[in-house]
Amino acid sequence: MPPASEVTAGRVVRSSSHAASRPPVHDFSRKYGWFILPALIVIAAVIVFPWLFTLWMSVHDWNVTGDHRFVALENYRRLVSDERFLSSVVRTFWFTALAVIIPIVLGLWAALVFHRHFPWRGILRTVFVMPMMATPVAIALVWTMMFHPQLGVLNYLLSLVGIPPFAWVYSPDTVIPTLVMVEVWHWTPLVMLILLGGLAGLPTDPYDSALIDGASRWQMFRYITWPLILPYVMIAVVIRTIDSLKVFDTIAVISQGGPGTASETLNYFLYLQAFQFYNIGYA
Amino acid sequence: MSRSRNFITRRAALKTGASAAALGALGAPMIAHHALGQSAFNWKRFAGQKIDVLLVKNPRSDLMQAAEKAFTELTGIKVESEQVPEQQQRQKAMIEFTSGKPSFDVAHLSMHVQKRLSEKGKWMDDLRPLVADPTMTNPQFDFSDYGKAGLNFCTAADGKLNAIPTFVDYWILYYNKELFEQKGVAYPKTMDEIFTAAQKLNDPAKGIAGFVSRGLKNANVPVWTSWLLGQGMETVSSDGKLLTDTPEAVWAAEIYKKLNRDVAPNGTVGFNWNECQTTFGQGRAAMWLDGIGFATPLEDPTKSRIVGKVGYGVVPAGPKAQHSAIFGDGLGIATASRNKGPAWFYVQFITNKANQLNILKNGAGSPARNSAFANQDVVRESKFGKQWFDTVLASAQIGRPGLPVIIPVTEFRDIFGVALTNMISGADPKTELTRATAAFKPVLEKSEQG
Repeated sequence: MPPASEVTAGRVVRSSSHAASRPPVHDFSRKYGWFILPALIVIAAVIVFPWLFTLWMSVHDWNVTGDHRFVALENYRRLVSDERFLSSVVRTFWFTALAVIIPIVLGLWAALVFHRHFPWRGILRTVFVMPMMATPVAIALVWTMMFHPQLGVLNYLLSLVGIPPFAWVYSPDTVIPTLVMVEVWHWTPLVMLILLGGLAGLPTDPYDSALIDGASRWQMFRYITWPLILPYVMIAVVIRTIDSLKVFDTIAVISQGGPGTASETLNYFLYLQAFQFYNIGYA
Repeated sequence: MSRSRNFITRRAALKTGASAAALGALGAPMIAHHALGQSAFNWKRFAGQKIDVLLVKNPRSDLMQAAEKAFTELTGIKVESEQVPEQQQRQKAMIEFTSGKPSFDVAHLSMHVQKRLSEKGKWMDDLRPLVADPTMTNPQFDFSDYGKAGLNFCTAADGKLNAIPTFVDYWILYYNKELFEQKGVAYPKTMDEIFTAAQKLNDPAKGIAGFVSRGLKNANVPVWTSWLLGQGMETVSSDGKLLTDTPEAVWAAEIYKKLNRDVAPNGTVGFNWNECQTTFGQGRAAMWLDGIGFATPLEDPTKSRIVGKVGYGVVPAGPKAQHSAIFGDGLGIATASRNKGPAWFYVQFITNKANQLNILKNGAGSPARNSAFANQDVVRESKFGKQWFDTVLASAQIGRPGLPVIIPVTEFRDIFGVALTNMISGADPKTELTRATAAFKPVLEKSEQG
């Protein structure tokens, strides 16, 4: 028997016998289509126009202090041969890789720990997520004081256990790992919260079966928990990657891209070009 | 008997009255002259008008804002002022001046960074006609009271007075008197002696460095230029040529390198003034080269462990000259302002002798007026001590700009700042300066085009 109606291209099409007896279906998209106009205008103003304007500026030698002139792709040619820019790109990826992987590993470990039941779990969970509530600039200022090579509390603590003072952000060799340490401290709780949410939603049946089959803890994690939690891990990776790529405040406050250019990431490089040197077109 | 002494007799009252009358007669011309000076000038000329002021966030601006109430009471002009942190204020000024329609009538400018930029962009109005106009300038303003150093910053090459100087920062050498005495070291007379003294004072085992100064990129450039001034040379010649890879510049860079590498605290490569201040203030460094304005925290027992032990000295002589690197701020009136009259009344009031003296009294830095330093009451009452005042006055005599008067000052500081940090990490000064000069030359040339 042929169906009384079928869905074609999202619209309900009635069979001819029913069409004659029922009123015609209105095409609302024609009548009310202009309702999306305000949204289109907003999107054009805040997304499309800035993009086009940025592209237009990028083909001009545009300095705030002087006139701007069309230079075609000269800015792009200069960019690919600019060692400082290229170094900042490499540095950005290095920083991002560390600032994503370490919080994911630690966050997963913390989530597995806090998923278990033990005394004071609620309070300890709250304490663990507290760094996330702090303002990045404020915590950056506090870390700056703690990093002071002679008077900072971190080197004092190291001295108590006989470890010589560390240069922290005051050395080109250690500045990136140290900045990553601040990021890890700040954002591991976010990863933990995302993964804890994932763990809370896992079914218990597979674990019961695994226990009956005599699976070890590692085997249960490797073959049950990890595959089931992987989508949540991916969400955490995406969020952390976006956040790490756009980190600016921590670097600007703690190291200002230094020593030298040792912590100058892409964002900081662009900031210097646009807002310190006023090379708007190049930036 | 003792009671009778407390009563005023008729004879005593007559004597006192006669004395007062005589004094009054003698002082009357002075008072009348003073009153004439005040009354002849019409402060109420722009009453009812309003001006907007853009300031940089610092203790001097706090004092300026505190003086606004008195200004409004005197003139009837309403003031709307805002303080913006230094870097953001420079960006705001740049964008708004370039737009041609700034939202403010009066702006604070850091002339050591924005001098050439403001001149080329014609940001500020020439104040000379206003200063010369007796109907617009209070006779007690006393323009001749301004020191040469501050005025040089505010005066363009063509003679235009773009701002009234408010503050001049002289770079000096702070030293820890106690550490010097303990090691029997005398205050260095030359730049070479600074290093010799620093070697004697350097005691890593006790956590004491011989010398500390800025190593952080950008902030470190005035340290290098201070040593270069000892060669009687600045970084850019008067005709706009870079002198940054000359043998003199390399010599200054070598001094910079060995002081920041051999006798400085660990991590100095990332030190800005605040880390230097903390290190020196905690007694962990014997000498510190920086601006004059740090006496306030160093003499504050809640922030410093060396209160009363701080020595203030003029920057020692180099091989060819002795100079103090100077930096200066000013208040000017926007060319596009529609309220130039009331704006000028504000500028002349806020930079008058009393308000400039107030900067000194409050330890908010070194004012641009000479009269402030001549006030012996302030010198006596100051917790900084006479040596600080002597150092300011001596530095003012030998002051010379610590940064080049060019448009891309920030880029200059960035490129050469990176070179200097590389030197602290071990790089060769000549190689670094040659590379930095080559990188900066096209930037400088381009800045003066168009």
